[in-house]
Amino acid sequence: MSGPLRPRWAGPLGLHHPGTSVVHRASPGLKLGVLAAAGLALALVRGPFPALVALALAVAVQGVARVPWHRTARAATGVLALALLLGAYQWWARGWAVAVETAADLVALVVLASVVTATTRADALLDTVARAARPLRHVGLPPETVALVCGLVLRTVPVLVQDAAEARDAARARGLDRSVRATVVPAAVRMVGHARVTGDALAARGVGEPTEDRRADAGGSTVRA
Amino acid sequence: MIELDDVVVTAYRPDPAGGPDQVVRLLGSVSLRLDERRVAVVGANGSGKSTLARLLNGLVLPSAGAVRVDGLDTATDGPAVRRRVGFVFTDPDAQLVMPTPLEDVALSLRRVEPDPDAREALARSALARVGLADHAELPVHVLSGGQKQLLALTSVLAVEPDVLVCDEPTTLLDLRWRRTVDALLDRLPQRVVVVTHDLDAAARADRVLVVHDGTVVHDGDPGGAIARYRELMADETSPLPMTDACARRPTRP
Repeated sequence: MSGPLRPRWAGPLGLHHPGTSVVHRASPGLKLGVLAAAGLALALVRGPFPALVALALAVAVQGVARVPWHRTARAATGVLALALLLGAYQWWARGWAVAVETAADLVALVVLASVVTATTRADALLDTVARAARPLRHVGLPPETVALVCGLVLRTVPVLVQDAAEARDAARARGLDRSVRATVVPAAVRMVGHARVTGDALAARGVGEPTEDRRADAGGSTVRA
Repeated sequence: MIELDDVVVTAYRPDPAGGPDQVVRLLGSVSLRLDERRVAVVGANGSGKSTLARLLNGLVLPSAGAVRVDGLDTATDGPAVRRRVGFVFTDPDAQLVMPTPLEDVALSLRRVEPDPDAREALARSALARVGLADHAELPVHVLSGGQKQLLALTSVLAVEPDVLVCDEPTTLLDLRWRRTVDALLDRLPQRVVVVTHDLDAAARADRVLVVHDGTVVHDGDPGGAIARYRELMADETSPLPMTDACARRPTRP
């Protein structure tokens, strides 16, 4: 007996949870700014106690945002496992203080990032990133395209997890449970294939495309198959 | 009106012998005028159907000849063509690019509705029209294949294109969802060009093109076209060399 099956990806990143909390009502720019500042502060401020304070604050922010814990629990388990592994290595290599700092920093940032995506619609995030990316227009990067890339990351995480799981299932079905190559190579091929088809789909929807003559850009019109 | 004038599409293919890439003809030469409400394209796998469909939206540009939609050339007016011609792919997973249905439809609407609140209202209304209102806030990856394809159609239709091109939109769906998607396509006011292996769907079209080995070998009413397609498939030898040796269980050395 293994209980009900779970979806391949149940992480909180990218899942919007509607609500009316103060965190939901805060502007996306403010939330992204705080997240960036927190990342910078955690990188610059050393020591286990600031890291633990940051973790406590992140958990408090999640509580204030009233994002259900069951939504984040499964992904948090994975991050906690990674944090424990990293912490154990740091303890062995550099002592307990660095171990606690590394693990707490990692979990705090993941919790904060999850709160930002859970309390902000992707559409609002795109608007904010597009506004912030306006100066990049001067170096030839369209702000809408930069914003779209951020949105794609949120959607792509579960797709890549599914690609990897399907490749692993295919290897197991052929009796290649222990072959890393039989899982990694097809997973990589699936991911590249997915990226190409997604590019086609974005072009078909007219999202983020240049307005100039595409034939001239392509340098010819024979399809690269 | 969709016009294809002497269109040829070629592609580079690796040389199995290791030499320089070879240029092969995927489609052509094709000349067509399409102005019917419902056009179906049928043909074997690899016959050039999808290449023909992709030409209509400018996803593939002709190596020779020209494709025009309502007078706009796909090679020189690509963005304008794509505003008129929506495109739906076989695999909805590849074309849904936002985390939730509401956000995916809103992404399509960004180019027509700058106000975020109005955009969200339009997206919710589009989802409600296809019965996905209750799924608006769910993660896309937990939807069923049929729900994803319905969402992909909704995202494309939200910007009200004049023409909808669908490349095998029901191939991955079960019978129930196939009927749902077919029913939606049937009642659309837009002109629809659908590439399909479903001969029941082709039979409901006003005009059917049969594509074989990169050329349109039949163009006419569904009855004649489907009969021609069945003839072609009956004439084809099986791609599997089903000899006695293949059917036998291999012996271990």
